[in-house]
Amino acid sequence: MSVTASQSVVFARMGDPEAHTIDRYVATGGYEGLRRALSMKPEDIEAATTASTLTGRGGAGFATGQKWSLLADAYPRYVVVNGDESEPGTFKDRQLMERDPHQVIEGALITAYAVRATRVFLYVRGEMALAQERIGQALVDAYAKGYVGSNIMGSGWSIDVVLHWGAGAYVVGEETALLESLEGKRAFPRIKPPFYPAAKGLYYQPTIVNNVETVSTLPWILRHSGEEYAALGAGRSTGTRIMCVSGHVKNPGNYEVEAGNITFRDLIYAPELGGGIRDGHTIKAFVPGGGSAPWLFEDHLDLTLDPGPVAAEGTMLGSGAVVVMDDSTCMVRAAWNLVRFYSHESCGQCTPCREGGNWMEKIMWRIENGAGRMEDLDLLLDVGQTISPGSFPHASNKATGLEATPWPYRMTTICFVGPSAVVPMHSALTRFRDEFVAHIEQGSCPVGAHA
Amino acid sequence: MTDTAPAKTTFTITVDGKEIEALPGELLIAAAERGGTYIPRFCYHPRMRPVGMCRMCLVEVVGPRGPQLQPSCMIPVADGMVVDTESPTVKKAQDGMLELLLVNHPLDCPVCDKGGECPLQDQTLAFGPGESRFVEEKRHWEKPIDLSSLVALDRERCIQCDRCTRFADEVAGDPLIEFMGRGAYTEVNTFPDDPFASYFSGNTVQLCPVGALTAKPYRFKARPWDLDQVESTCTSCSVGCRMAVQSSNDRVVRLLGVDVDPVNHGWLCDKGRFDFEASNSDDRLTMPLVRTGDTLTESSWGVALAKVTEALSGAKDRHGAGSIAVLGGARLTNEDAYAWSKLARTVLGTDHVDAQLGDGLPAEVVLGLPRATIDEACSADLLVLLTGDLKEELPILYLRVRGAVQDQGLRVLEISPVETGMTRYAAASVRAVPGELASAVGHDTAKALLQGAGKVVCVLGRQSVAESADAVMDAAAALLEAVPGVTFLSGLRRANVHGALDMGLAPGVLPGRISLADGREWVGSTWGELPAEPGLDAHGILTAAAEGKLQGLVLLGADPLADFPDRDLARRALAGAGTVIAIDAFLTASSRQADVVLPAAIAGEKAGSTTNLEGRVSRLNQKITPPGTARADWMIAAELASRLGGDLGFESVAHITDEIAAVAPAYVGITSAALLSSAGFDGLLTGGLHDAHHEGPPSMGRGEAVEVDAVAAHGDNPTVEVRDSSPAPDQPDPSAGSEPHGDESSTAEAEAILAGGEGDHVEAVQKSAEAGESVATRPNRPAVLRSTPTVTRRAVPAVDGYSLRLVASHKLYDDGTLVQHSPSLAPLAPGSVVRVNPADLERLGVTAGDSVRVTSSRTALTLTTQADLGVPRGVAHLAFDQPGPGAADLIDAAAPVTDVRLETI
Repeated sequence: MSVTASQSVVFARMGDPEAHTIDRYVATGGYEGLRRALSMKPEDIEAATTASTLTGRGGAGFATGQKWSLLADAYPRYVVVNGDESEPGTFKDRQLMERDPHQVIEGALITAYAVRATRVFLYVRGEMALAQERIGQALVDAYAKGYVGSNIMGSGWSIDVVLHWGAGAYVVGEETALLESLEGKRAFPRIKPPFYPAAKGLYYQPTIVNNVETVSTLPWILRHSGEEYAALGAGRSTGTRIMCVSGHVKNPGNYEVEAGNITFRDLIYAPELGGGIRDGHTIKAFVPGGGSAPWLFEDHLDLTLDPGPVAAEGTMLGSGAVVVMDDSTCMVRAAWNLVRFYSHESCGQCTPCREGGNWMEKIMWRIENGAGRMEDLDLLLDVGQTISPGSFPHASNKATGLEATPWPYRMTTICFVGPSAVVPMHSALTRFRDEFVAHIEQGSCPVGAHA
Repeated sequence: MTDTAPAKTTFTITVDGKEIEALPGELLIAAAERGGTYIPRFCYHPRMRPVGMCRMCLVEVVGPRGPQLQPSCMIPVADGMVVDTESPTVKKAQDGMLELLLVNHPLDCPVCDKGGECPLQDQTLAFGPGESRFVEEKRHWEKPIDLSSLVALDRERCIQCDRCTRFADEVAGDPLIEFMGRGAYTEVNTFPDDPFASYFSGNTVQLCPVGALTAKPYRFKARPWDLDQVESTCTSCSVGCRMAVQSSNDRVVRLLGVDVDPVNHGWLCDKGRFDFEASNSDDRLTMPLVRTGDTLTESSWGVALAKVTEALSGAKDRHGAGSIAVLGGARLTNEDAYAWSKLARTVLGTDHVDAQLGDGLPAEVVLGLPRATIDEACSADLLVLLTGDLKEELPILYLRVRGAVQDQGLRVLEISPVETGMTRYAAASVRAVPGELASAVGHDTAKALLQGAGKVVCVLGRQSVAESADAVMDAAAALLEAVPGVTFLSGLRRANVHGALDMGLAPGVLPGRISLADGREWVGSTWGELPAEPGLDAHGILTAAAEGKLQGLVLLGADPLADFPDRDLARRALAGAGTVIAIDAFLTASSRQADVVLPAAIAGEKAGSTTNLEGRVSRLNQKITPPGTARADWMIAAELASRLGGDLGFESVAHITDEIAAVAPAYVGITSAALLSSAGFDGLLTGGLHDAHHEGPPSMGRGEAVEVDAVAAHGDNPTVEVRDSSPAPDQPDPSAGSEPHGDESSTAEAEAILAGGEGDHVEAVQKSAEAGESVATRPNRPAVLRSTPTVTRRAVPAVDGYSLRLVASHKLYDDGTLVQHSPSLAPLAPGSVVRVNPADLERLGVTAGDSVRVTSSRTALTLTTQADLGVPRGVAHLAFDQPGPGAADLIDAAAPVTDVRLETI
C-alpha cells in the first residue's frame, strides 16, 4: 500500500535540526508570512483564512476564519495560543513548539494582526520543558530582531507576546479553563453561555483562542494563498493536518497528511505512515481522534479522514491522534486506563464528572481484577447515562448488525471531560461485552497482556 | 446581588404546564420557586453568584433542538420559555446526581450535626434513589480538621458545592479557603499557616448544605429536631441583623442569620453569631447582690430593692433629684430604655441620663441630622466614611458596603486617621490628623470627590476615643457645608444605643427624638412633671460623681471602668458616688464596686424591640427563661417606681411598645401589632426620615390607614414557624413564603405603616385613654429634632517632636462582657499592642515586637509594639477596650487629643 506524498505545510522544517533557531527560520522563509500580512488589511487576512477552509486543530474543528469573525467589537482584545496539548495520544503541538517555535510565534502574530488584538498570550503546557525552553528562546530572539514588540518590521504595528507555563492539568486544554488559568485562577471551565471566548474571553474581553497547529498553518497560507491551501485534501477535510499515530504500529509518529485524501487504513498501514500492526498481530480497535473519541474497529478502516463520515460512525477526528490496539490488548484494561485518566484529570467542579468518572474507574478496576459482578455492566452504562444522557455515540458492528449512533453526545457536565470518561467505557463495553463477561466469569483477566 | 431592580414588564414562562410570571433577568430556578415549583439545588444561593456546579437543578428547557437539560440556576428566564422539571430525563438526572453525590459522602447521618436539617438528606428523600449501588471504598480524609478556631471541616462530607469558598471570596472578601486537589480528591482547605480567620466564618457553616462545616460552639450540642426557635434581632452591634434564636433544654445553642433585604441579607458576623455563649455562662448573675463591707453577697430581690429604694429616695430627699444619675442603657430593649427614661424623668426627677459612655457623639446631633438608610448608603453616588473601621465595629454594614462597591460600583471616600478594613475598597482614603478631622474633609482629594457627586451619604461615628467628639462635629459641619444635601447614617456601634437615645436616655432629649424643651408639654401630658433643665452627659455625670456631687448612680449595664475612654475619671467617679446601683448580667469591673447589683435578663431572655443605626425598629423575641431570678430591665424599673411611690403604668412589653408609639413622635405607627405584622418582618423605619425630616413630623395625615387588627391577627404569635416547604432549610426564613423584597417594596411597606400612623396613633391613644388619659386634652405633637453639628473649632495643641498622637479604636473582639464570657470568642481579642509606622519605630530606635513604655499625661504603661504601614507617621494606634491595661488608662477625656511618648525600656 502506498499513498501520495502530502504537501508539507506546517511540518516543512521537521527534518531540520536547527529550524528552531531564528537564523535558520528566517533563512527558510520564516516571518515572510508576517511581512506579507503586515502589508495587507486585517480584513483581507481574515478573508484569506476563511477561503483557506482552515479549521481548528485542537479537537473541536471550528472554522478558524469564522471564529475570528465572531469577535465582539470591544477592546482590549486578545489572542491566546493554546499550547496545553494533553489529549491522550496527541503529541503534535509539542513537536511544533520544540522544533519550529518561530512558526508558532509568527502564526500568533498574524492572527493578532488579523483580529486587531492588543496582546498575545502563549500558553504552554507545564510538563513540556523543552517546548518552553525553545519557545522562550525564540521569543527573546524575535524581540531582538524586531519581529515582536514595538514597530514590528518597520510596519508601525506593535504588539507584545506574553508566555505562560501551565501547572499540569489536562482540563486546561478546554479553552475557558485555559483562560481561567491564564487569569491566575483555578482552571475550572466556564459555564456556557457565553459560548465563545470571541464574545467574552480572557478577563471577559473578546479573545481568540487558537491551537498551536492552527496558527502554525497561517504563515504558509500567507506566503501562498487561502485558495492554494483549500485545494489540498478533499471533502470536508481540506488542507493538511498532522495525525499522531501511536500504539501497536510499526512506525509511531507524527504525519502531516492531506487527510481528505486518505483512509484510516492508509494512515495505519501505509509504509511511509504507520507501517502496519506490529508483526504477528492484528488490529483489534483504534482510537481515531484522541482519547475523547469513541473507538473504531477493523470494520471502519476504510473510512476517509473526513469529519462527516467519521461523525456518522459515532466518533470524531478530534485532535488527530490515532491510537492503535492490537489483539493482545485487554479491552477492559485499556478502557479502564483511559477512564482513569479522565477521572484523574477531572477538575472537580461539577458532580457528574468528579464522582461519576471516579466511580466508573473503580468499577472497571474491580472487573479487570476479577471482582466484577454481572450487574456492574449495566451499572457502568447507567452511570454513563448520568454524565451523558440519551443515546451515546458508538460505531457500527458489521458482525452483529449493530448500527452506529452518530456523534456527538449530550452532557450534564460543564465541559467535555466528564463524557470523555464515558467514551472508552462505552466503546469497549458496546463492542466487547463478552470480554467484560469473561473477566467476571473467570474472576481474572483472560487476556493477560496489557496495553 | 443577583436580584436587579425589577423592570415594569414581566415574562410568562411555563413550568410543568403551569404558566407563571417571571421577572426579566430572573434566574429560572428563582422564578420557578416563586411560582411554586421547587427545583432541588445545592450550590445555588440567591445571595451569591450562580456557578452551576452541583448539576442538581438540571431541568429540561425546550429549545430550537427540542428539550435540553439545562442548569436552572444559570439560565435567565426568557419570555415564553417552556420548562419541564418532572420529565423522565430530569428525574433520571436528579436521581443520578444524588446517587453520585452520595458515592463519596459518608452515611454517618446519625452522628452528624446536620442530620435532620440536611439539604442532602432531604433532597435525597424527595428526589433521589432509594439506595446506592456503590459498593467500593469511599474517599477518606482526616476528620475533622480546623479551618479556624471557630469552624471545623469534615472533608469526607463535603460535596464541593462552592458555597463556603464563594462566600469567603465574594461576600466576605476573605478568600482564605479554596478548592485544592482535583477530581474526586478535590477538597476545601486553607492555605498553609493561614487559618480561615474571617469575622464572617460562621456564615459558611450556615451555608453548608451538608455537615462538612461545623461551628465549634454548636458542634454536638443538640439535634435539629430538639431545637425550638424564634425569630429575633441581633443586638451585638447596632446594625440589627435578623436572626433565628434556637434553643434546646432552655439554653440558646445556636443563632442563624435570617435574610431581610434592607439589613443583613442573611449574614451574621461571628461575634453576633457566637456570643450567645455568654448567656449560658456560669458567671451569670442569678441573684441580687448587696454590699456588706468589702464584699457583695447574694440577697433577695426584696432586700436589694429596699436598699436601692432607700438610697435613691434618700438622695432625692436630702440632695435633690440632681444628685441622681442613670448611666448606660445601650444593652436595653426600647421598652426597657423607655421605662428607665420615664422612671428617671418622673419618679426620680433627674435628667442626668446617658446611654453613651463618652465613646459616641452628642445625642441631639445623632438624633437630629438628616438620615439615610443602609440601602441609601449603598446606592449613593458617594459614600463618605467619617466613622470607625466598619469591619471592626459594624461588620455586616461592612459587608453591605463592600458588596455595593464590588457589585454596584459604589464609590467610597474614607476619611480616617489610620488604614481600615474599608481602605482597600475606597475610591480614596484620606488620612486625617487625629483631632483635626475637619481639615481632612477639605483635603483636595476629598474635595474632588465631593464636588459634583450627586447623592452623598455619610456614615458618621467616632473613629477614635482618644480624640474628642468635637473633632467629629467639626468634620460633619464641614461636610454639610461642602455638600448641603448630605444625609447621614449613624456609625455608633453599641447594640441598641439608637433605641436608647430615641427613648430619651440622653440629657435634654425625650422619647421620639424631641428635645426636653419642645416635648415638655406633649410627653408631660402622659408622663407628668419633667425635670426643669437638661442634665449631664456621661462625662458630666462621671465628673460630678468624682467631685462627690452624686448620691445615687445607676449603671444600666454600663461598665465605665472598661468602656469610658478615661479610666482614671471612671475610677474616681465610682469612688466618689454615693450609692452605686448596677443592673447587669455579669459582674464587671464597675459592678464589682457597686453597692447593690441587680441581675438582668439579656438578649434571648426577654422580648421587646430594638432600633438599629438607620432607625429601623425590629422585634426581639424571648426564647429562654432568664437564669435564676434575673429579669428584664423594664420590670426592674416598674418595680422600683412603685417602691418609690410612683407608677409607670406598664402591664406588658406590648403595652410599653404601644405607649412608645403614642408618646414618641418618631415612633408613630410602630405599635406592637405593626411590629408583628408581615411588614414588620424587615423592621419598621422610624419617622423623621427622608423628606419627612424637613416637612415636620412624619405621617401627619399622609396616606390611608392600615387595618391594624388584620396585621395584629396575622402576627399575634411571636413564635417563628420554621419554613418546611423547602427541602433545603439552610436559610431559616421565618416569614413563610416570603421572598427578598426589593428595596422599594420594603420601604414602601414600612412607609405604608407609617402613613397609616394616624390610624395607629388614634388607636394607641385610645388605649392610653382607657388607661385614664384624655385624647382631647393632649397638646400638639412636637416635631422631631432637627439639628446641625455644633462647630467648636477646638484648638488642638501641636504634637511635640518626641510624641505620637494616639488613635484608639475598637476591634470586633474586645474586653466586652459578652465576648469575654463566650469561651470561643474571648481568646480572639488581640490585646493592647501599639501599632506604629515602621519609620517612627526606626526613628525612636525601637525594634518591632519589643516592649516600650508608653507615657501620656495620665500614666505610663508597658506595651508591645508592632510595625504597621497602615498607621501614618506621627500616630500611635491602640485597640480600645482590650483585656488588661490599655488606651483608657492613657486618655484624658477632657483633652481634645491624647499624645503619647514611646520609650525603650
